[in-house]
Amino acid sequence: MTALIEYRDVRVDGDDGPIVAGFSAAIPAGRLTVIIGPSGAGKTTLLRLLNRLDDPDAGTVSLAGLDVRTYDVLDLRRRVQVVGQVPVTFPGPVAANVGGDTAALLARVGLSPALADREADRLSVGEAQRMCLARSLALEPEVLALDEPTSALDTASKAGIEELILGLARSGLTVVMVTHDPRHTDLADHVVTVERLAPEDGR
Amino acid sequence: MIAAAAPAGSGFGGPVGFGEVALALLLVAVALAVSRWREVGLESDLTVATVRSFVQLLAVGYALDFVFRGHGGFTLVVLAVMIATASLTSGSRAADVPSARPIAAASITVAGAATLGVLLALRIVPLSSRVVVPIGSMIISSAMNTTSLVMSRLCHDLAFNRREVEARLALGQPSRQAARPWQRAALRTGMLPTVDQTKVVGLVALPGAMTGMILAGASPLAAIRLQLLVMYMLLGGNAFAALVSGELTLRRLFTPDHQLIRTLRRTRL
Repeated sequence: MTALIEYRDVRVDGDDGPIVAGFSAAIPAGRLTVIIGPSGAGKTTLLRLLNRLDDPDAGTVSLAGLDVRTYDVLDLRRRVQVVGQVPVTFPGPVAANVGGDTAALLARVGLSPALADREADRLSVGEAQRMCLARSLALEPEVLALDEPTSALDTASKAGIEELILGLARSGLTVVMVTHDPRHTDLADHVVTVERLAPEDGR
Repeated sequence: MIAAAAPAGSGFGGPVGFGEVALALLLVAVALAVSRWREVGLESDLTVATVRSFVQLLAVGYALDFVFRGHGGFTLVVLAVMIATASLTSGSRAADVPSARPIAAASITVAGAATLGVLLALRIVPLSSRVVVPIGSMIISSAMNTTSLVMSRLCHDLAFNRREVEARLALGQPSRQAARPWQRAALRTGMLPTVDQTKVVGLVALPGAMTGMILAGASPLAAIRLQLLVMYMLLGGNAFAALVSGELTLRRLFTPDHQLIRTLRRTRL
């Protein structure tokens, strides 16, 4: 099992002390890794370090053995697609949001190609979540990192998205999923646990 | 009557005497009375404002009188003081923007220099301190408002819409592209008040320059020509101010690595 992504002794400071401190983990290539922990444990922050929407205050995050800071940041972000917890749609139709071969991408995430002409802000939350996945897949990323992808969904939609994510991992994509739902560890090839920091940690 | 008070051959003093000014304080007394009667709580502010305006304008009056009487070299000093004050004011309006004051200073200076430069180069206005100072002050104060609006709007919008901004960044868009919709809105916000004023000029209110000339006894036709010149120059000046402040603010709200700065990401909304 070769690690594609490696966190080494990472610390991220917040306004009131560290959000993440002394965090180390390795994420294997081509598998589904689940990062699980309670809310407030800095799970979202860990994903933000992957695509450098944030940088650690100490420690390093590396991709394929190189510090993520050595890559061109815009190129890195296309290769490491991080999808936020709440789906963000841009003004305009679904096709303009997704780009690329919209019909094929929509099919890949289980959406009807007929949605291509729908205004993106008229999609249901579940549809929007899938559209965001399609938009990320359009960039042909090496890593797909998902922040609580099922938290905004009802039970039926949850199962659908979980199946979709599992399928993407089986297709050889490196998938990282952040969650607080213990059931998700059953889906994972690899599990990383994060704890909420005690107030005195890392100070 | 105002005209009756004008001494022949106006120089220092002007058509309004200090006696008239003192009588006008009656109207301030009305404001004070209203404030007390209705418990508005503005009595001390009103007093401070009245005293400050008297002292400030008296000082400015003497200073300008000095400059206009053959000390034209001080014109630049007067304009520099105006720009400095405007920059401090505008900078404190957008305290969430890092380096708000230097941004404001750059924006207002560029707006003032470029607009005055065009007016002087095309000989639209003569190179005389009596003209350059009031014209410059109008450009500077208008650029100050524009700069405040652009900086605070851009900063607020990017913080408020950071989820969408960061979704765009996460897709590999450069910060400039990711921020474009909000930069556009901020420039619009900065430029729109002058555009609207220009549209309704004369119909809703007689603007300052024109009012001043009419009160001073000029013909309305001469007054409107000056007012048109003022409106057009403010449109241009504010466009400069919006452009520069929008550009510089954007650069301070993102890191060179296309990240929103932390203070913006963690602003509580």
